[in-house]
Amino acid sequence: MRKATPARSDLKRELYGQMLRIRRVEERIKAVYHLREMRSPPHLYMGHEAVAVGVCATLRSDDVVFPYYRSHGWYLAKGGDLKAMLAELHGRETGCSRGWGGSMHLIDLRAGVMGTSAIVAGTISHAAGAALTFRMRRQDRVAVVSFGDGAIEEGVFHETLNFAALRKLPLVFVCENNLYATNTHIRDRQAQPEIYRHAERFGFPGLRADGNDVLAVYQHARTAVARARRGEGPSLLEFQTYRILEHCGINEDHELGYRTLAEVRRWQAKGPLQKGKRLASEAEVRRMTAEIDAQIDAAFEYARSSPFPAALLAEGAAR
Amino acid sequence: MKFREAVRDATIQAMDNDPTVFLIGVGIIDPRAVWGTLSGALEKFGADRVVEGPLSENALTGICVGAATFGMRPVLVHHRIDFVMLTMDQLVNHAAKWPAMFGRQQTVPLVVRAVVGRGWGNGPQHTQSHHAVFSHIPGLKAVVPSNPRDAKGLLIAAIEDDEPVIYIEHRWLHEDNAEVPAEYFSTPIGRAAVVRHGRDVTVVAVGPMVSESLKAAQALEQAGLSAEVIDVRTLRPLDSETILASVGKTGRLVVADSDWSPCGIAGEVIARVAETAFDALKARPVRVTWPDTPVPSSETIEAQFYPGAREIQVAATRVCESRADKGVVSSTVKHFEGPF
Repeated sequence: MRKATPARSDLKRELYGQMLRIRRVEERIKAVYHLREMRSPPHLYMGHEAVAVGVCATLRSDDVVFPYYRSHGWYLAKGGDLKAMLAELHGRETGCSRGWGGSMHLIDLRAGVMGTSAIVAGTISHAAGAALTFRMRRQDRVAVVSFGDGAIEEGVFHETLNFAALRKLPLVFVCENNLYATNTHIRDRQAQPEIYRHAERFGFPGLRADGNDVLAVYQHARTAVARARRGEGPSLLEFQTYRILEHCGINEDHELGYRTLAEVRRWQAKGPLQKGKRLASEAEVRRMTAEIDAQIDAAFEYARSSPFPAALLAEGAAR
Repeated sequence: MKFREAVRDATIQAMDNDPTVFLIGVGIIDPRAVWGTLSGALEKFGADRVVEGPLSENALTGICVGAATFGMRPVLVHHRIDFVMLTMDQLVNHAAKWPAMFGRQQTVPLVVRAVVGRGWGNGPQHTQSHHAVFSHIPGLKAVVPSNPRDAKGLLIAAIEDDEPVIYIEHRWLHEDNAEVPAEYFSTPIGRAAVVRHGRDVTVVAVGPMVSESLKAAQALEQAGLSAEVIDVRTLRPLDSETILASVGKTGRLVVADSDWSPCGIAGEVIARVAETAFDALKARPVRVTWPDTPVPSSETIEAQFYPGAREIQVAATRVCESRADKGVVSSTVKHFEGPF
């Protein structure tokens, strides 16, 4: 089950390729969403790619991730099946949740992508349950949970930090701080917006880093995952990043006035793909793009030609 | 065997049988061991399988959901069902949704054991039953044992079940004594029990109202009325078949629930009968439920709060249009006497 550590240049190319793949998948979703074939609210990951990619690159295939509703990136970075994801967005029987979940409820158990929740902070405690199970079974697997900056305002975040610290669980908390909970800035929501410092109170490491720098994410995640695997307990990683599009949907939203176009463009200029430009050569990017686009074509074709689920209830079930 | 000993028996045997079963909850390593219902578990199975939880009920529930999706069978214990209200996000939005929401790729074999703390002036926040709250949600099951045998059998069935089950345990019944098989056995979830056969009126009872209904039935018999008493045992899925068969025979229905009326189990039972067997009814059904107010603490008003055998007898008599409501009985259950 162990993932071999690739050579340095291979790793860089791999990280860039993964980010590129997530971005191209979502660009395609964005491009064809108006056709109304995907009738499920997409919370696009655009702008966050370095976080999921950097973290998942440090994990073994038998480690697990618990993403939140902005989960497309995590699902793909951990090795989730692209065809099943797109089929799910199309509401098809072949979808990863057989048409019951939609964009907000992706899952790929084979890849270690655990079910995601549309309730903010919903799966933080699930990850602790997985980590507790690994501990009980004397397995050296690690659970990673990701969530936005809004989730830390929920009580269950603090409850779970305490429990994980108390039991020294093999768990890594990954906060993707994109500054906004839907359209409300963190300064209007949090008295103490240094999220990573919540770990201090429970006596485990917390740090803040540039979440658009995939190599930085990778390095910090590697340290945290290794610590968890050694049985030394959890870590809290706060990655600063930025959501390029609206909270939910395919559009830009600066015209709402809660953030300026200048702010969006400023963050875009230092986005994960821009920052990671030197991780792969132009020729490599061209080759990867062609490969990725072929995969996307095939996955859309698969999704669109898949059947819809037929019956709501099993035969004979009570209505 | 006492009711509380039957709960303990089921727990220990289930943990012996299946290494994936573990206990978790606030205060479960307390030397009092949840009124003795977990006595010896910590000593026998150790802190790895008797997991003390911080006062973080919602997180503990999510931790159980997470563990359950990895094949564990957690039993989450609450000293009061009122505390389960802190966990509604994980129970309703997560545990109940997880199997369906991901196309039935995972199961959530979770048991929430929740104690109703009636007695000794426990007041509005320590005595609620919430039978109906948990019976409304697709993806949850709810059971309410009324006697020591079912306390054991239903708990084992709940632990064996692959879906989340709320096990509602009335502390009021903890000291009740009855014969309970020593071996490992389960009482099927979703099946009511006819605990007394009768001809004239069907009394459908929930939890502590079962023994009250049996007392009422005795008094009714002296007045020449033959009551059939059904212990629902499972609130969800509700066993309509047993209830409908009985009402089909008697044509009269009283439902006795130790919970509030609005949107409740008693109303649900009557609705199912009305929808399916309206023509069998010879009289309007009657609900015997709690008054529409929180549960009070002081004994004088608490005594006015809880309906019992007397109210059931009066209701059944009324349904039978008989004038035999003389010589009414009163409830004789032992009262819980502190400290909490």
